[in-house]
Amino acid sequence: MREPIDSDVDLHDPSVRAELRPTPFPVLAAISAGGAIGALGRYGLSVALPHAPGGFPWSTFLVNVSGCLLIGVLMVLVTEVWTVRLLRPFLGVGVLGGYTTFSTYVLDIQQAMDSGSAGIALAYLAATLVAAVPAAWAGTAVTLRLVR
Amino acid sequence: MTVLLVALGAAIGAPLRYLTDRFIQARHDSVFPWGTMAVNVAGSFVLGLLVGLPVPESVAVFAGTGFCGALTTYSTFSYETVRLTQEGSRFYAVANVTASVTAGLGAATLGLVIGQAIGSLVKV
Repeated sequence: MREPIDSDVDLHDPSVRAELRPTPFPVLAAISAGGAIGALGRYGLSVALPHAPGGFPWSTFLVNVSGCLLIGVLMVLVTEVWTVRLLRPFLGVGVLGGYTTFSTYVLDIQQAMDSGSAGIALAYLAATLVAAVPAAWAGTAVTLRLVR
Repeated sequence: MTVLLVALGAAIGAPLRYLTDRFIQARHDSVFPWGTMAVNVAGSFVLGLLVGLPVPESVAVFAGTGFCGALTTYSTFSYETVRLTQEGSRFYAVANVTASVTAGLGAATLGLVIGQAIGSLVKV
């Protein structure tokens, strides 16, 4: 089976299209619980690695890059190996979706600009993209090689 | 208490991302990931608003760290970009990155300005 484009929901996949039937609660509860766990992981790292205003937001950087690596690994596993019903909603949509964040990423760029650290803002913007997107690719590529 | 508020906000934000993405995809059959972009931009706006407003710490943790953090996602955004590239839609992949970052930054700044404006009105 081919991996979807959107790891959260891809309505081109009949099993994803049908996953809210007969009742949406198991899937939504799995996402909710996963989201809470993921967000706590992100919060924990932000407390452990605080950054000064205008400093490089290391915790969000690490969270987003590691989360992207893991989504790559996970999506190969849930399409090729463990086709268990609630696994993608719980781990992919929930845990990794709750763990990684786009809103804090852009706010941190904005705040770095505001505090006069345009260099840090730009470096952070680019470094996250340059590390996170290839991390997702590496996650899928390595896992595909291992499972096939 | 803080930990509980983060978890609670995320427990609402994550399923809302899923439902919004589903809602948008059901209405727009496109390869371009409009659903994820919509939640990311909307979440960035709300977080900007929260940062601009004089909100108590508990609200910031619940709605900002928890809700907005889980409503938005970097993992899905990156994964989609990779998959679009692999499927030969390189233009969509580049457009996804450019549009998400630009619109997200714009939305966050707009939210921040509106939040600060409301904050200064409330103070007076």
